[in-house]
Amino acid sequence: MKPHTLLAKPVPIPDEESRPFFDAARAGVLLLLRCGACDTFMSPTGGIGTPLRPRCVSCFSADLAWAAAGGKGTLYSFALMHQLYDAAFADELPYNISVVELDEGVRMTANVVDCANEDLWIGMPLEVTFEQLSEGIAIPKFRPGLAA
Amino acid sequence: MRGQTAIAGLGITEMGKVYGRNVTDFAGDAIALALDDAGLEKSDVDGLLMNANHSPEMAPMLQLSLGLEDLTLISAMNGYGSSAGTMLQYAAHAIATGQAGVVACVYADAPLSQGGSISQSSYSGRGIGSDTGFASLRFAYGDYGPANTSYALACRRHMHLYGTTHDQLGTIAVGQREWAQLNPRAQMHGKPMTLADYHDSRWVVEPLHLFDCCLVSNGAVAVIVTSAERARELRQPPVYLLGFGQAAPGDNRRAEREPAVHTGARRSGELALRMADVALEEIDVLELYDCYTYTVLVTLEDYGFCEKGEGGAFVEDGKLGPGGSLPTNTGGGQLSSFYMWGFTPLSEGVIQARGQGRERQVPNHDLVLVSGNGGTLNWHSTTVLGAAR
Repeated sequence: MKPHTLLAKPVPIPDEESRPFFDAARAGVLLLLRCGACDTFMSPTGGIGTPLRPRCVSCFSADLAWAAAGGKGTLYSFALMHQLYDAAFADELPYNISVVELDEGVRMTANVVDCANEDLWIGMPLEVTFEQLSEGIAIPKFRPGLAA
Repeated sequence: MRGQTAIAGLGITEMGKVYGRNVTDFAGDAIALALDDAGLEKSDVDGLLMNANHSPEMAPMLQLSLGLEDLTLISAMNGYGSSAGTMLQYAAHAIATGQAGVVACVYADAPLSQGGSISQSSYSGRGIGSDTGFASLRFAYGDYGPANTSYALACRRHMHLYGTTHDQLGTIAVGQREWAQLNPRAQMHGKPMTLADYHDSRWVVEPLHLFDCCLVSNGAVAVIVTSAERARELRQPPVYLLGFGQAAPGDNRRAEREPAVHTGARRSGELALRMADVALEEIDVLELYDCYTYTVLVTLEDYGFCEKGEGGAFVEDGKLGPGGSLPTNTGGGQLSSFYMWGFTPLSEGVIQARGQGRERQVPNHDLVLVSGNGGTLNWHSTTVLGAAR
């Protein structure tokens, strides 16, 4: 384990839209929005600015509800951050920022943990794990998993 | 619409670490330079299009700041790096339908401050750490910075699928640096670079080296668009707008599509070439949006200069550089000249089409293809410029 850093990493601040996601993460469950009309799963965050999508990206229904995801997927791509932006991350450089393609057919960005940078490979099986950032907030991350 | 309008004026300010001028100052300088270049007066301008960016000055208020009066066309347009092409498109339509006669299109920015480093500029991505909800999640993953991470992820995916190498990406960077040595205005003029230098440059976000990434610049570029007839009576050789197209493929982050490797350049290119009635093989000069080396590579593929996945092999013989068979980003591009979003490739395209490239002028320059790209390969524009109609 790396020594505990005194500098605090950013902790997400849930808002009304994202509260169910963070509440579930604290309980160890990864939630995705699913369309009630066509069962399409949505990526848990959007694109630039990352608001959630208000409608189904497939059939445009507004009938979306949070549903538990299986938490399994594969590594779609990864980048290694070498630039220091925040001193709280200083002793982890370079660290990975990864895109995981979940079995539900959606991609999400997170970190892969319990895996050295040189052991990351695109296509590797991953499973969700949760990192407690503060008393009230946990976020999903991914660790190497068993092949499906 | 084909060839009915033309770029009649071009203004480029000093670029890079230029201090003591704000965004409005730069915008005014570039428009004044462009009007002088065309032989037009302030009072001739009846249309003003600003490329909206993070600067609050790039908004309709700019008209009042610059004292422009009696306009019949005004808008701040934003397709991020694709805007230059879409602004030309809007200007051309307005002119062709009699809504305006002389339209100034401008990009200005001043992200650098004296004594500050680039990482402290508005491109740092640090300033948005106060977001809440899902927007705050990325910072918990350490995903700081502007677009470096998302382009790094796209580039890595391409490397994985097709075996694209750093030697190949580096060849793009080196070729553009060679062009910049022929462009006194380029920020990297007088700073040559070898492939070894490229490999030695530090990682920013792996797989992106520092020299895979564009510059940051203070400055402005403006172009004046008018009717082809009027342009012929003005000071400069007209650069005709032969064709244009936009494409925004979307990104639902679902497994069915890979927008990181299949971009809107394909569709916007088809639209622009069809309108121009030009085949890809006829293009003489390419000015491709190059926020990163990878953007150039994937745009070449999507325009159809080579098959999908073969961009690396296509560029590795150096054909994009000076003396190569496909001169590309002939002023050094955003990697090595200056970063004015889509106005970097557009301005060099105008220079080449006019035949005013001096040392770096490409011998055949009748047809110039200019690309724009915004977001993470989300928004595309293509413009076909012609030295003749």
